[in-house]
Amino acid sequence: MPPAIEADELAITFKGGVRALDGVSFAVEPGSVFGLLGPNGAGKTTVVRILTTVLLPDTGRGRVLGHDVVAEAGLVRTLFGLAGQYAAVDETLTGRENLRMVARLNHLRRADAARRADDLLERFGLGQAGDRTLKTYSGGMRRRLDLAAALVAEPGVLFLDEPTTGLDPQSRIDLWGVIDELVTEGTTVLLTTQYLEEADRLARKVAVVDHGRVISQGTPTELKAALGATVLEVGLADEAAARRAAEALAPLGRGMPHLDGKQLELPVDEGPRAAVAALRALDQAGLEPARFALREPSLDDVFLALTGRAAEDRAGADGFPGNGTGDGTQTARRRRGRTRDRSGDGAAVRR
Amino acid sequence: MTAGVLAGRRPGAPGGRLRWVVQDALTMTGRNLIHYVRIPGSLFFSGIQPIMFVLLFRYVFGGAIKLHGGSYANYLIPGIFVQTVTFGAVATSIGLAEDLQKGLVERFRALPMARSALLAGRTLADLVRNVFVVVLITGVGYAVGFRVQTNAGAFIAGLLLILLFAFALSWGFAVIGLSAPDSETAQVMSFPILFPLTFASSAFVPVQDMPGWLQGFAAHQPISVEVGMARSLMLGGPTASDLWQALAWSFGLLLVLVPLAVSRFRHRTT
Repeated sequence: MPPAIEADELAITFKGGVRALDGVSFAVEPGSVFGLLGPNGAGKTTVVRILTTVLLPDTGRGRVLGHDVVAEAGLVRTLFGLAGQYAAVDETLTGRENLRMVARLNHLRRADAARRADDLLERFGLGQAGDRTLKTYSGGMRRRLDLAAALVAEPGVLFLDEPTTGLDPQSRIDLWGVIDELVTEGTTVLLTTQYLEEADRLARKVAVVDHGRVISQGTPTELKAALGATVLEVGLADEAAARRAAEALAPLGRGMPHLDGKQLELPVDEGPRAAVAALRALDQAGLEPARFALREPSLDDVFLALTGRAAEDRAGADGFPGNGTGDGTQTARRRRGRTRDRSGDGAAVRR
Repeated sequence: MTAGVLAGRRPGAPGGRLRWVVQDALTMTGRNLIHYVRIPGSLFFSGIQPIMFVLLFRYVFGGAIKLHGGSYANYLIPGIFVQTVTFGAVATSIGLAEDLQKGLVERFRALPMARSALLAGRTLADLVRNVFVVVLITGVGYAVGFRVQTNAGAFIAGLLLILLFAFALSWGFAVIGLSAPDSETAQVMSFPILFPLTFASSAFVPVQDMPGWLQGFAAHQPISVEVGMARSLMLGGPTASDLWQALAWSFGLLLVLVPLAVSRFRHRTT
């Protein structure tokens, strides 16, 4: 089956010389969720803007259900729905008015538009709030309405640009459930996200994007296999103790522990077992950890594994020299042991 | 999620393009009119502000303004018509800048709607609001002593020409709205254009009482031309040349401003 969404060497340079995309390619199987994973400024939204016809690439091609997003932009716009981080809905209108407006702009007949709006409000649990203006909606309700608006024309392809960024955990889980349902119904979804957990939960395949390039592509399992399923975090009394602990723990993890002052992090395969072994090893070395924790790997860990540096905002990362890993290989590059400019809790905060 | 709903959609239906241009523009017009009704600030601009101007000039400044024949109420109201629709055009610049700022324009661009609908819907909504405004001012004008000196036909023709001028102006303010980074800036960019045009005109004060260096501008700028046309049609006087000048301004502005707004809209990506 031909891919539902295709990006073929998409490249664009913005005014001011920022190379936002530097040859991004991927293909999305019909009826699956594809995750574009990357930090702020990596180029995820730019990819979505090109594929949804609102931005023209300098070079490269995009296709939605086989149709070129530049040459057949008008047709392509009838094929997809788009919802995003900023919930671009009209806050002066009510939920129902918003959906009816979008339905009319999708050229549904007036009666069909009204019925569709009612159905979608019901489906997204906004039936009660349908006649209130969006100013009274919570963040989660706005996102749901935004998603409902994207579904008005029953598109076969859905673009979700950071659909859960800034949402509370419950709203995030609810939205994931809705996306699951849509995929069950056969919708193809391109999802951008900063959360490894989200990509892992929803996506069949993931492309990790950094500085406008795909630096790794594969299933979430492959990505995590290259990374270690769990990260062990240990805090010691001082830096000398931390160095000794790193030596003691090195045989337990995948690759070398990452040292950062008094803290160290170690990706491990089987969390609980590794934790027991780690405590024993520390005890034998006569070390007493001040802090000891297991956590799920974050985007930061993926980036550390792939590029040897932490995921950062574009502004901070632009001048970074270690950016030559854009070869798209499946192998995670390991350049552990390098110091990172990051507070000990950076990863946890970002999640 | 039934297939029945999709049957209501007719992408690529032959001859449907023009129909969608019209339908999409009307959909957007409806949306913008809801804004006028729901946002208190815009209601103030449309409804309360012109009434305040009528009362202010009729009763506060009016007594101090030296006229060359006729009552000040009759002199004032044609000026108020033009001044109010001119001020109202700012709504187009603010509204468009706001839609851009909130990402709505980007979202609309990803919909299979007619590209023209965003601008057309905005300027048409302005036009509808202006119809309401001139009716309101007519009522308030009558209450403060304004009386049409010609006939109902000429009066209505005058209003229609003012509405045409206002429609042309909306496209100019659309250009401003599309050039501004946000709605506050759009507003700030609009007022330096509005104030000289409306006040250094014949709308409130006879031009011959202004200093000589100002008279050349004040007598020939479009607001004065429109006010002159309105006075001729509503109060009597030399008509033909006033009428042609007013029409020439409106169509001239449309000819320049519509392509300018459309091109700004095309090139503005965020």
